[in-house]
Amino acid sequence: MATILTQQPVTPVPPPRSGLRDFWRQLRRNPMGMTGLIMLVTIVLIALFAPWIAPYDPYRPVRARIDTIYAPPGAGHLLGTDDAGKDVLSAFIYGARVSLIVGFTASFIAVAIGGMLGLVAGYYGGRIGGLLMRFTDIILVIPDLPLYVVLIALLGSNLWNIILAIALLSWTGTARLVYSQVLSVKERQFVLRARAIGAPDLHIMRRHILPMVLPLILAQNALVIAIAILSESTLAFLGLGDPSLISWGTMLNLAFGRGAISLGAWWALLPPGLGIVWVVLGWTLLGHVVEQIVNPRLKTHHLMH
Amino acid sequence: METARKNGKSDDILLEVKGLKKHFPIQSGFLRRVTGYVKAVDGIDFYIKKGETLGLVGESGCGKSTTGRTILRLLDPTAGEIVFDDPNIGKVDLAKLKRSQLKQVRPNMQIIFQDPFSSLNPRLTVGQIVGEPLAIQGVASGQALKDRVAELLQEVGIRPENMTRYPHAFSGGQRQRIGIARALALNPKLIVCDEPVSALDVSIQAQVLNLLEDLQSKYDLTYLFVAHDLSVVEHISDRVAVMYVGYIVEMADTDSLYYHPKHPYTEALLAAIPKPDPRRRTRPVKLPGDVPSPANPPSGCYFHPRCRYAKDICKAERPPLRDIGNEHWVACHFAEELQLQGVTRLSEIPVIELPRRQAPAPAPTAATPA
Repeated sequence: MATILTQQPVTPVPPPRSGLRDFWRQLRRNPMGMTGLIMLVTIVLIALFAPWIAPYDPYRPVRARIDTIYAPPGAGHLLGTDDAGKDVLSAFIYGARVSLIVGFTASFIAVAIGGMLGLVAGYYGGRIGGLLMRFTDIILVIPDLPLYVVLIALLGSNLWNIILAIALLSWTGTARLVYSQVLSVKERQFVLRARAIGAPDLHIMRRHILPMVLPLILAQNALVIAIAILSESTLAFLGLGDPSLISWGTMLNLAFGRGAISLGAWWALLPPGLGIVWVVLGWTLLGHVVEQIVNPRLKTHHLMH
Repeated sequence: METARKNGKSDDILLEVKGLKKHFPIQSGFLRRVTGYVKAVDGIDFYIKKGETLGLVGESGCGKSTTGRTILRLLDPTAGEIVFDDPNIGKVDLAKLKRSQLKQVRPNMQIIFQDPFSSLNPRLTVGQIVGEPLAIQGVASGQALKDRVAELLQEVGIRPENMTRYPHAFSGGQRQRIGIARALALNPKLIVCDEPVSALDVSIQAQVLNLLEDLQSKYDLTYLFVAHDLSVVEHISDRVAVMYVGYIVEMADTDSLYYHPKHPYTEALLAAIPKPDPRRRTRPVKLPGDVPSPANPPSGCYFHPRCRYAKDICKAERPPLRDIGNEHWVACHFAEELQLQGVTRLSEIPVIELPRRQAPAPAPTAATPA
């Protein structure tokens, strides 16, 4: 019988690379990702500090006079006034809040639903997985907009119903993505090993599989936020927005419906329109770069070192 | 280990596998109809005695790993019995246990995997990895768990200070040690070693094998050692079973099997071992053809199309695995008649052979006296 050979000393290795630090290092090098990030940080700051930045309170009723309706940009109103004689800049600044709240909340719910469904379908596979994924496919092929209109008409147009409707229709992409990734992760030996020690399914999913797919879920989240914001604006523009809140979509809807175009009041249309483009572009840029960094299938950065 | 080999009584048997089958369905077409089966494991019988090491060898794809995994019920068997002598609940047929009941038996059977890289979760620390079985089975928690993990790591030659590191900071051999520590955590009786050293360098292989042997004698472990490297198996096993296309063709204690093989396939395998000593020459045994597909095996004895001793009966009838004396099990119709060549013992090589091999060059000998 041989004795245990003494273990060779552990060679000094750098401390475990923190996933987050590594991620930041890669993001900082990517001009596209940084552009998106900066675009978003500005809009988030504007939304957060709206009461301090906005020159007027857009929710306070003003008595409109004939010369304050669609007044062009000037000293008192940097971006002019709207159909009710209110300051467009203030409405724009407050409108960012609604867009971001809808974007964050709806995408969070959507990604949670999609992630959970994909995880369960991928892990159990077989009949349960097949059934869940067919259900996903059905939701995926339903045209979004008509269904939104029906849902909002039924539920009533307030902010939470809008968020719910958007969330209920935008989880499918995440579910598909997570499903495919779980299929590959669950075949890894450490999952088999966990089963060999009698680990319950819930433990395996939470401890071994979720951490491996979480980065992917987060990347997907950024893309879903962009879609959610766009959906909210679309609904508001179609007159299905929450009437008690100022959002970019509502601003567009009002301006469009109340003669801003025929009066040539571009200042009532451009700011909310550009705001939507700005935020959606920001999230999309950031989302794609984050996805590139964390999605093993899209990984190219190792080629660039 | 020596003692286990000598007294082969039935209550010494830890695990007995009878007629175990694992068939994987082949699905094809739009409707995913089952059009056939890959018979990865096709009716095998063997037993492992307490405290011994049974080596399970065979070519890639012969069903070795599937056997190991089916025994642990990581795969569900198609048919057969897996009788395990559990220290707490006595003999149980694992093939019939429900998943919920299996949890009780699981601590007593563990597995060590081949690939030390994919078998450790990269996002958990070494402490979490080794401690996971203890936490799941509710054996220990808090400081007690930490202490036990430290003890286990020390046992396999990893410094406990490294508990907070992640697997990527370790070499292949060290990772395999971590895997062993984890398998040991619940004080198992049986450990299925699924090619535990195949992915390691030769020098590290020896260290890990020695570690496994030391742990075996210290904790009275029983190993099912799945491997394709015959020299590794010879080194560690008390008995060896040879598999061919999902079927065990020969099983005997290591010495008899290596020196006096009774199955033509074993003979061919042994002849293929590379030998570091030029004096240990064996006649190469040529195997014509390829390993048959387990989805479409030949008739009769699966080995007959490649066997140079095959007769008509081999095509028609599949030979059962039978004991031809001294617990030497063979599945061959002609096991008693064939004179097969095993590996040669170093001591058996006649010294006379040396000058005789120089004979073909007579010229220098003639030249020397002149």
